[in-house]
Amino acid sequence: MTRINVKVDGVDHTDEVEPRMLLVHYLREQVGRTGTVVGCDTSNCGACTVHLDGRSVKSCNVLAVQADGHEVTTIEGIADGDRLHAMQQAFHDCHALQCGYCTPGMIMQSIDLLNDNPNPSEDEIRHGLEGNLCRCTGYHNIVKAVQQAAGAGVGGGGGR
Amino acid sequence: MSVQTEPRASREIGNARKRKEDRRLITGRTRWTDNLVLPGMLHLAMVRSPFAHAKILSVDVEQAKAAPGVVQVITGADVADVQGALPCAWPITADQKAPDHPAIAVDRVAFSGEVVAVVVAASAAQARDAAELVDVDYEQLPAALDLKKARADEALAHPDLGTNTSAVWQFDSAQAGTGGDVDELIAAARVDGVVVEREFRNQRLIPSFMEPRSTVVDPTGEQFVMWSSTQVPHILRLMLATTLGVSESKVRVIAPDVGGGFGGKLQVTPEEVITFLAARRTGRPCKYTETRSESLLAAHHGRDQWQKLTLAADKDGTVRALKVDITADMGAYLGLVTAGTPILGAFMYNSIYTFDAYQFTCTNVFTNKTWTDAYRGAGRPEATFAIERMMDELAVELGREPMELRQQNWIRHEQFPFTSVCGLEYDSGNYEAATARAMELFDYDGLRREQTERRERGDSVQLGIGISTFTEMCGIAPSRMLGELNYGAGGWEHADVRMLATGKVEVVTGSSAHGQGHETAWSQLVADKLGVAFEDVEVLHGDTQIAPKGLDTYGSRSLVVGGQAVVRAADKVIEKAKPIAAHLLEAAADDLEFTDGRFAVRGAGEGGKSVSMGEVALATFAAHDLPEGIEPSLDSAATFDPVNFSFPHGTHLCAVEVDTETGQVSMRRYVCVDDVGTIVNPLIVEGQIHGGLAQGIAQALWEEAVFDDQGTLVSGSFVDYTLPTAADTISFVTDNTVTPATTNDIGAKGVGEAGCIASTPAVVNSVIDAVRHLGVNDIQMPCTPQRVWTAIRTAGRTTADPTTPESTSHFDPDQPNQDPPGPGDHTGVDDQKGTGA
Ligand code: FES
Ligand code: FES
Repeated sequence: MTRINVKVDGVDHTDEVEPRMLLVHYLREQVGRTGTVVGCDTSNCGACTVHLDGRSVKSCNVLAVQADGHEVTTIEGIADGDRLHAMQQAFHDCHALQCGYCTPGMIMQSIDLLNDNPNPSEDEIRHGLEGNLCRCTGYHNIVKAVQQAAGAGVGGGGGR
Repeated sequence: MSVQTEPRASREIGNARKRKEDRRLITGRTRWTDNLVLPGMLHLAMVRSPFAHAKILSVDVEQAKAAPGVVQVITGADVADVQGALPCAWPITADQKAPDHPAIAVDRVAFSGEVVAVVVAASAAQARDAAELVDVDYEQLPAALDLKKARADEALAHPDLGTNTSAVWQFDSAQAGTGGDVDELIAAARVDGVVVEREFRNQRLIPSFMEPRSTVVDPTGEQFVMWSSTQVPHILRLMLATTLGVSESKVRVIAPDVGGGFGGKLQVTPEEVITFLAARRTGRPCKYTETRSESLLAAHHGRDQWQKLTLAADKDGTVRALKVDITADMGAYLGLVTAGTPILGAFMYNSIYTFDAYQFTCTNVFTNKTWTDAYRGAGRPEATFAIERMMDELAVELGREPMELRQQNWIRHEQFPFTSVCGLEYDSGNYEAATARAMELFDYDGLRREQTERRERGDSVQLGIGISTFTEMCGIAPSRMLGELNYGAGGWEHADVRMLATGKVEVVTGSSAHGQGHETAWSQLVADKLGVAFEDVEVLHGDTQIAPKGLDTYGSRSLVVGGQAVVRAADKVIEKAKPIAAHLLEAAADDLEFTDGRFAVRGAGEGGKSVSMGEVALATFAAHDLPEGIEPSLDSAATFDPVNFSFPHGTHLCAVEVDTETGQVSMRRYVCVDDVGTIVNPLIVEGQIHGGLAQGIAQALWEEAVFDDQGTLVSGSFVDYTLPTAADTISFVTDNTVTPATTNDIGAKGVGEAGCIASTPAVVNSVIDAVRHLGVNDIQMPCTPQRVWTAIRTAGRTTADPTTPESTSHFDPDQPNQDPPGPGDHTGVDDQKGTGA
């Protein structure tokens, strides 16, 4: 067991973890952040995407011990109380989710994408989301949502 | 107490309401089965067969039992007497052959991935570690893998059956009295008409819902409670009870948030039965969550057919007869509707065309592969693919424009209701209108011109245009028809509408949503019906204790059957409220009318007295002053059994660019105009179409479940089973025409499967159209660059090469984060050369 200190969604956690434990399992099973989910075992689906120190990572591809001393933001940490993050709002407005399983990862990746490139073209959005699979929406409305969020200034500092 | 209803907005049906269910999903406040943690909960890991077909000689569990945290290790022998057999609800013929289907294999495994032992441990990691220690001794048996060879009984998937053929099922229009004799008409066409004969491969697919399946069973209460990632909680409860000999009333099944299904969660799975058994044996809550690799390997697959078709037409292009001969791969076992899945397409190969004679024969064949069952469209995508490919082939044969040829042969709008050559009554539709709209949005003529130009230029990138004018049968299903087809259940759906004292409404539905947006759509239906606010309607579902009666969600049935049950129940609420309203208004019930949520005396005009549904609900709750003999309740139930299927249709047009030097296909434009009847929520309808399109396009271009010659699934992870990404797809142009269905009050026809059914042939037709002038007349799906390139190179010969099972490198050494693993690397991936096994 290894002791780690991780800040998750603004709260400091000190925990003992097995060295082999994946960050996503740490978040779900130990911290209780079940909003972040697992969709595959080959780092292909992106359902587990969170932010590590503000950059998106696939939390199934990071060990919990690697997050020691770092800050993790999950889908549960981006709204401001009842006020949705502009990306969450955009997903709702554009019907960019159906079953919602890919959605946490998709939203976290979309935010990261706009942080990198606040005004992406459709093609840039599509390539920026390439690591996140959705089986329900055909991506059409997800692309629209990211465009709406870009218009609302996400990535340009106006995300909230 | 007062009535606190929200002010009512405008009419709801047709309103693009944003979904009620989104809020939790976008904030991560979700209830996936795997999120559940119960006190004392144990975890399961499965030991699965690595062989496609083998005898189990021994299972040594001693080492696993001694591993840390392990509570039990269960083998097939341990539960042979109590595990029953997994159900097949649809024996399609009286003499259908099928092997017993144990949840845990006892003495023989019939596909790679079959469960042979189960470890129950304190944590999921401990269970998995210990599963590695179970030592199974197998003796390999010859495996039936190739479908055609299996049909010829070269090796037997189940030696005891003596054959691989499970059943042969036929529909013949002459025999049924619904049309002419197919062989006669084909013979006649050979003399002075045209006959087109083709064989198509409809490859094996994996539904690939994003949430891996998960099951939790709690045996600690008065009832066994199962949470499961399922589309069918009601069917599951019934089947658990009958399979395991438990009283139905002692089983409660809950489908909490379910992350997609597409037919893939329309099943009673070995894993569900096993989790139930483990909970019963240990007396403690047990959880099993599959990995993605397990999901791809062991959750049922879909499609997998060889399709032989013969189409006879007059020289002027009028279609006369269609003969269809299908070989369908069941895989190793018959799941819930495995056997019937190809039969769901039996009445759809004739599609929208006016054939005089039709015959469909399906041979269901066992192989030693993962079993197949329903996947989005189930039987109908296969039918639509085949007939739409045939119509293009006929057009080429006759030198005709493919759309114009279709037009000549389809049912004209003034012919509805139309009885098809299968005897089905198509109630409504307008193929001309949908097609005209689609061609306009697509710029059909403009793209045809561009195609001609590119051909003349000899451009290395050629343009292809593909058409699919389709219909499907939805709203599964009239119970009487299911009975005639020997299906084990009915097709009705149930709903309750409950009026609360505060005027709020609870709707209980037997439909079980997993992404479809029922909560939103049902709220819209009820808001309009009862004149209450959208926000005042709460929809309850997915728990057999809350919604005790239902037949669940599949086959585009929810709105047309389940929604109609909701509408009927709401009607009954109004009927029950009427005498009470009349009493409150001191009027005669017969004089009342109910509009916009208020009862008033007919013709009383603006200032007349009226009472709202909410006020009647409160008065009913108080029950202080009700008319004589009236029960103090407005709550009503309805069970709706449709009298007919519904028949959505549409015209899909696809333009692709094919690089003739590399075989690369890129999508240029996709337009579809669907007639799904009356639209309750355009946002949801559009979303359903988009998602269906992506899946149908994926069958055409990317996806295939590939097995190697040992029967090992090679495309067993998302690295090799290539779901489309955002970068592979394009934005679609969708629109609707509307001819209301006549078989339900809503006028809806169903939309869940439309996009998936229609798009596959549109795409394949477009790819072939792009290279037809180079001598190509067929390309097997998925139309990968390699296949397209090969087809061009071998033009003139029909290619039927299987996808090769050798895996390709998963890593691109030039990309970041893809360094070959070295010492100290902890990701545990295989070496980058890809061993292929
Ligand atoms: S679970 Fe992390 S990428 Fe799939
Ligand atoms: S919404 Fe279901 S997987 Fe994306």
